[in-house]
Amino acid sequence: MSKTATQNIKDEMVNLYLDNLDLISEGSSALMNHHREEAIQNFRILGLPNQKNEKYKYSKIESIFSYEYEKYFAPKNITFKVEDIFRCDIPELDTHLALVLNGFYLPNPNRLQTLENGVVVGSIIDATAKYPHLFEKHYNIQAENNTDGLVALNTAFAQDGVFIYVPKGVVCTKPIQIINLLMSDENLLVQYRNLIVLEESSQANVLVCDHSLSPKRFISNVVTEIAVGTNAQLEFVKMQNEHNESNQLTHTYVKQERDSKMVSNVLSLHGGFIRNNLNMQLAGEGADAHAYGLYLTDRTQHTDNYTFIDHAVPNCTSNELYKGILDDQATGAFNGRILVRRDAQKTQAYQSNNNLLLTADAKMNTKPQLEIYADDVKCSHGATIGQIDYDALFYMRARGIGEREAKLLLMFGFAHEVVKRVSIESLRERVDDLVNKRLRGELSRCHNCPMHCC
Amino acid sequence: MRLCVIAFKKIKRKVAKALRKQNKLNVMLVIKDLHAKINDKEILKGINLEVKPGEVHAIMGPNGSGKSTLASVLTGREIVEVTHGSVTFNGKDVLEMPAEVRSREGIFLSFQYPVEIPGVSMVNFMKAAVNEHRKYRNLEPLSASDFLKLLRERKELVEIDSALTNRSVNEGFSGGEKKKNEIFQMAMLEPKLSILDETDSGLDIDALRVVANGVNKLKTANNATIVITHYQRLLDYIVPDFVHILYNGRIVKSSGKELALELEEKGYDWIKNGN
Repeated sequence: MSKTATQNIKDEMVNLYLDNLDLISEGSSALMNHHREEAIQNFRILGLPNQKNEKYKYSKIESIFSYEYEKYFAPKNITFKVEDIFRCDIPELDTHLALVLNGFYLPNPNRLQTLENGVVVGSIIDATAKYPHLFEKHYNIQAENNTDGLVALNTAFAQDGVFIYVPKGVVCTKPIQIINLLMSDENLLVQYRNLIVLEESSQANVLVCDHSLSPKRFISNVVTEIAVGTNAQLEFVKMQNEHNESNQLTHTYVKQERDSKMVSNVLSLHGGFIRNNLNMQLAGEGADAHAYGLYLTDRTQHTDNYTFIDHAVPNCTSNELYKGILDDQATGAFNGRILVRRDAQKTQAYQSNNNLLLTADAKMNTKPQLEIYADDVKCSHGATIGQIDYDALFYMRARGIGEREAKLLLMFGFAHEVVKRVSIESLRERVDDLVNKRLRGELSRCHNCPMHCC
Repeated sequence: MRLCVIAFKKIKRKVAKALRKQNKLNVMLVIKDLHAKINDKEILKGINLEVKPGEVHAIMGPNGSGKSTLASVLTGREIVEVTHGSVTFNGKDVLEMPAEVRSREGIFLSFQYPVEIPGVSMVNFMKAAVNEHRKYRNLEPLSASDFLKLLRERKELVEIDSALTNRSVNEGFSGGEKKKNEIFQMAMLEPKLSILDETDSGLDIDALRVVANGVNKLKTANNATIVITHYQRLLDYIVPDFVHILYNGRIVKSSGKELALELEEKGYDWIKNGN
């Protein structure tokens, strides 16, 4: 892409901001508006990340922005019931549901719900008004507005999103499910913002499902900030299941306090272009971080995972496992940065990235990046890119299993190493089922929508 | 009286002929003048062997004589190229069949080095295998409960640890567990011809006994076994009807089970020195 084209996208975004600032502010909240001006200034300097940026070396962000997209600054009136076109059919999975349509929270029935034991789920706009102190403490604190143009862009434009709050000592037994739906008659760019706060000694399971329901081109540029308090536990499972014209840019920031545990599991089942940034900061001693990821790509799909685990204090552990299967001409990237700061003694950090290439045309770039400044640590990393194991294949054939079926079983087994980390049994079984269907080339939509997205 | 004798002799000849014909029809595996190479190196240089239902054959031989290559040819490993000769199994050309079809026809190989398959559970692996075998015979797949029943039954039959089937295929199994697992798979698939490739290697005496008991329990008048081994030891437990000595790509000696004992006593040098 030429320099002028990149400049054009930047100017277009800045002008869009200036022209619509009133609308943007009106449709959001004062606390969020407060951060916009600085963010757009940052974006003006940073622009979109390009491939000269080491972090974005393998993903052409500008290319997905080179199409025309609609942007809405107020939720569009919808004339249908979401339930009519969308039904999540993960059986026996009883969840607290939060729906987001094109980046705007859908009241269900209220904009802000207080659940069992004071757990709050709702629109971030309404939450800012009700819990200003939480926002002052956690909103836009972790987000890298100064270094990542996409994050700055989100902070400047984001109007709505999901807010989850789990009070001190509360164990939220029912999983909280956020379903992000994209549905539009025109190409659409959506940018929304999520904030999840777990107070001391609380526990929650959050499941995020992304779907595209109409055959248009989409970009989702989403920032999620998560604060996991002392001794709190959060499992955060993200299922990306969108069509080939969908582009996802996600930025997830996690800050963990003392003795907390966070499990992130990003399952990229389907999507045209996916870039996931995951930053996990181990800020209190005894914190335990788990980052898992699975990406299944085919045709010309592209999936890029960037993870950054920051061991800022001593006695923390992190465990990272990302696995991918790439078919046809699919491309992928994994960059796993682990930073062990000077004082972070007794750190244990493990990282592994394994990839299966099914064709000679599929391409994967993987880069472990360990920076260790402490001298009493245990760290390991391993990255593999390989083909289906011939010996295992023959072993299965020698038991009468046909070659295609044997390959599927092997791929399924490969993927299951990540899926098995999902702790909710009914969800894990459902994910296994989806992975199986995906690998067989059958539709992998986890709902009964009439759109044949995939 | 003399006429009677002549008539009797005639009948005797006829009976003998009919028996020979019967036997020929009964032959399960026929290997004829089999030559095979790996990477342009000829390993098998003219193997001839016939195996009938109900028989146990032992193939012994020093390292590098071609024992495992023979097992590989029979089960369809693509790395081995057959250059001459034929192999038929119940009248069908084995060499034309892909590995999975040979298995479905009833040929089973107990691997010398069973492969670890992380992430694939034993249960899923066996379910897929059993149902592919059933499909080949135009049978419906087993229901989940029937399959589990079969699994339990066969586990008891071959006395393997129940926990093994809850794990990924061979992953982290000890040498003994891997070999027991091979016999368990054999029990699940009920092959017509089992080829045990160095099943005794790396086994302690207790594991050896479990493995041998499993093989003996599965033996019927309708199936056959080929035991490939270095040592006589295994043959104390699995008693062969025939012992063949493979040396330099050929079977140089065939006899009854006493041959194994003689070999144990005299060592492979006895063969190498041209006896």
